[in-house]
Amino acid sequence: MGPNLPKFIDALKKALGPDEVITAREDLLCYSYDATPDLPRVVPVAVVTPSATAEVQEVVRLAGRYGVPVYPRGAGTNLSGGSIPTVPGLVLSTLKMNRILEVDPDNLLAVVQPGVVIDRLNETVAPHGLTYPPDPGTVATATIGGSVAECSGGLRGLKYGVTRDYVMGLEVVLADGRVARFGGRTVKNVTAYDLVRLFTGSEGTLGIITEATVRLIPAPAARKTLLAAFSTLTGAGDAVRLIVRSRVVPATLEIMDRVTIETVESYARAGLPVGAEAVLLIEVDGVPEAVEREAETVAGIVRRCGGELRTAADDHEREQLWAARRAALPALARVSPTTILEDATVPRSRLTDMLLALHGIAEEYDLTIGTFGHAGDGNLHPTILTDARDQEEMERVRLAVGAIFRAALSLGGTLTGEHGIGLAKKRFLPLEMGEEGVWVVRAIKRALDPRDLLNPGKLIPAAPAAGADGEVDPG
Amino acid sequence: MNHPALAAVAEDIARCMRCGNCQAVCPLYSVTLRESMVARGKVHLGEALLRGDVEASRVLADRFDACLTCLACAANCPCGVRVDRIVLAARAVMADSGLLPLPKRAACAVMPNRPLLHAGARLLSRVQGLVFRRRELGMSPRFPVGLGMRRVVPSLPRAGFRELSSEVTPASPPAPGRPGPSQGGAAPSPAPARAPSPAPARAPAPAPAHAEGRIVALFTGCLADYVYPDVALGAVRVLSANGETVVAPRGQHCCGYPIIAAGKLDLAREMARSHVRLFSGLDVAAVITLCGTCGEAFIHHYPELLAQDRELGPAAAALASRAHDISRYLHSVSSLNPALLGPLDLAVTYHQPCHLGRGLGVEREPVDLLRAVPGITFIALRHPDRCCGGSGAFAFGHYDLADKVRRQKLADAAETRADVIVTGCGSCRMHLEEGLSHTGSAQRVLHTVEVLASSVSAGR
Ligand SMILES: Cc1cc2nc3c(=O)[nH]c(=O)nc-3n(C[C@H](O)[C@H](O)[C@H](O)COP(=O)(O)OP(=O)(O)OC[C@H]3O[C@@H](n4cnc5c(N)ncnc54)[C@H](O)[C@@H]3O)c2cc1C
Ligand code: SF4
Ligand code: SF4
Repeated sequence: MGPNLPKFIDALKKALGPDEVITAREDLLCYSYDATPDLPRVVPVAVVTPSATAEVQEVVRLAGRYGVPVYPRGAGTNLSGGSIPTVPGLVLSTLKMNRILEVDPDNLLAVVQPGVVIDRLNETVAPHGLTYPPDPGTVATATIGGSVAECSGGLRGLKYGVTRDYVMGLEVVLADGRVARFGGRTVKNVTAYDLVRLFTGSEGTLGIITEATVRLIPAPAARKTLLAAFSTLTGAGDAVRLIVRSRVVPATLEIMDRVTIETVESYARAGLPVGAEAVLLIEVDGVPEAVEREAETVAGIVRRCGGELRTAADDHEREQLWAARRAALPALARVSPTTILEDATVPRSRLTDMLLALHGIAEEYDLTIGTFGHAGDGNLHPTILTDARDQEEMERVRLAVGAIFRAALSLGGTLTGEHGIGLAKKRFLPLEMGEEGVWVVRAIKRALDPRDLLNPGKLIPAAPAAGADGEVDPG
Repeated sequence: MNHPALAAVAEDIARCMRCGNCQAVCPLYSVTLRESMVARGKVHLGEALLRGDVEASRVLADRFDACLTCLACAANCPCGVRVDRIVLAARAVMADSGLLPLPKRAACAVMPNRPLLHAGARLLSRVQGLVFRRRELGMSPRFPVGLGMRRVVPSLPRAGFRELSSEVTPASPPAPGRPGPSQGGAAPSPAPARAPSPAPARAPAPAPAHAEGRIVALFTGCLADYVYPDVALGAVRVLSANGETVVAPRGQHCCGYPIIAAGKLDLAREMARSHVRLFSGLDVAAVITLCGTCGEAFIHHYPELLAQDRELGPAAAALASRAHDISRYLHSVSSLNPALLGPLDLAVTYHQPCHLGRGLGVEREPVDLLRAVPGITFIALRHPDRCCGGSGAFAFGHYDLADKVRRQKLADAAETRADVIVTGCGSCRMHLEEGLSHTGSAQRVLHTVEVLASSVSAGR
């Protein structure tokens, strides 16, 4: 027998106030999706919008008492189905927990609630000359809670790392409603296991993050931006390898392939060289003298690898070069109704191999795939242009996605560099971690959430049934 | 759900990739933080309706009603989804299911009915004093009159534009001792449509041939007709000073956008036909609108509404190409003679109406025109293009939301310390004035062309 939902919802309303419990079906439909395409839509039984840790505790306790699963949700921009229900349950929206509690320029940190949008944090710390570097493409919308739970990356990963490098401390509501705090305000901290890292990237399956202490760094004083066009993929791949080897660490080292370049040009006319096989967008930043020197080193390497160079002389030209890169996804997305954005990541020395493999896969499954991404850290975004209403093509898309994962793994890479496992990729987990690795994941989940109440159905593949190879998820 | 309006936007619905980028710009999302308020949620509900996953209901009608059609989402959408069109289509479905929210139902009863609207405005202006307390900037209800107690309604003038102006106003000759219209000086910008004037800058009349004989039609729109006649009178004054003969045809009525916004497309189509017939029958060089939304009706909605109409479709398209917002017209079509502009000692800022800026692409024209007025100090708003929350009838049905959105705008405006918030839309103005009356601010709101008209008067 299912939980007594009317009583559960009454209890939530009593705890939070009726306005913070959403129950109209028309509203609930809007919490059955996130930014992930091609997933089944399950409508939650209610959505709650708490604004304090104590309220989150109360919600989690009530959910436990009535046996209703809880799905944490920030801005709902993740690309792995992380924030949508798998079976009807309660969506816990963190958007009203959106206060910046403290900015501490002496200790280079800020303390924030999980619903704070990344850009807002950056606007708030900018007057102190500080910055919070993790910058997923969704900085203007994504929340700190969601990006910590996904361990989001971004365009500056090569030099500045990813979200986990900036999380110093967390406050978490556990599956039974208790509150635990890990880490803190010190740069060094080796007390017991690194539980901050465990919860960073846990995709809402281990606890609800209710507060984060994040590290800030001084904003770089100068930067220089270059665009390099190559007539071969190998040329671009070589340039990436040599730049890294020359001990220059660009803040940004982005790549776009031919399909992407042509699409961007026909949509935005950003002045990209049509006919090129690949372009690299490179930005070096830091103290002015070093920036000049590093830009020269990069320019030399590009020329040696047969690349054609454009340098931004001022902010206006820099903006133009960036506009071309920013137009990549929008331009691809306009070509066809459905855009499947993947996240295959390889050691950066294997970048060219991965790009070639992607071309092969596009041909084999007769699909249009535009690839762009963070070449500097080997994190590519092969983007399949399709139409979800075309069932036959979608079947080929699903096969191609599997082929992309296998190609990345065979090159020593990973299933996901920054978008997370969620629903979409969990069946591939054993391919990367082996059954032993998956066993550890399951053991951790069982220890912290024995009743499987927090974001059930995510990240962890269903236990293998006899004879099956783990491919049981309909999504 | 098989409804032609919804079917027409099926491709737009399919194009949304649920990226959530619209969250960053949707004013209603920023004040509610609810997914059903943001464009992504609206598209999803549109899709659910299309696929039959949800039925038309009061709640659903209310969700589609809760949209400012401010176009911010569409302008920022990486996939180019016209969310506003999806919302309007869904409202048409709701209207056909008999689910119009009350204020919209009232609008549909009154707006298309010119004599009724006219008589109503007259009557209201006379009874207003009985029903409303007079305030500095408007009136607030003495008794609950169905508008919500806090809503302040602007005091209606005793006479509308129609009573104050004749149907045709000839071009007025330049004042003695004043140079005629010519190039040079602090010209807002070079006018592409303008022939180079052979006359030396200080030559007296006559004006260049193009401006002299030029006849233009003025579409006032309801607000400049009944509530803010000074806007229409100001437009006539500026245009005729600039050498244009102005015709304000008496047969005009509401542009029909409130009806489109309510989803009553058949009625809106009738209104479009009547205007296309009326204005196409005039031999004028241009049709000038005084509000971005009216402009959108003439330029975007009439051709779309009448696309299948064999008789009037082509005329609607031709009319659209001749229709211009007043500020674009004075800026780039027949540029305003800078010599006409006298000094005004005024600090102004500019609020960009959504349908004028994002809708018609008129962004810098009003600012350039204001800057060209000698003596004016221009201080830009922090976010000039952010919606004020007014959105026509929206504020009647969703007062609290409209008020929350407006607070951000008024805070930005206060920061500029300008004397006047200039804008190009009567609905924005009404909403802003009402907000100012609550805060007790001394800032005033004027239409761009009223400022220009004062400047022209000062220059005489
Ligand atoms: C156009 C586009 C570009 C993108 N670019 C990038 C990119 O460059 N790099 C990148 O890494 N990602 C990128 N993403 C993915 C996405 O933006 C990030 O994963 C983002 O950080 C998610 O934040 P959110 O607030 O939307 O979280 P949500 O999507 O709401 O949630 C993400 C996950 O976190 C969980 N969660 C949310 N809040 C909490 C909490 N308080 N406690 C516990 N769990 C929680 C959810 O259950 C879910 O599993 C992109 C997405 C889009 C649509
Ligand atoms: S409407 Fe546009 S911006 Fe909003 S979610 Fe859809 S695609 Fe993204
Ligand atoms: S038109 Fe404006 S109010 Fe409506 S969904 Fe778009 S951004 Fe939000």
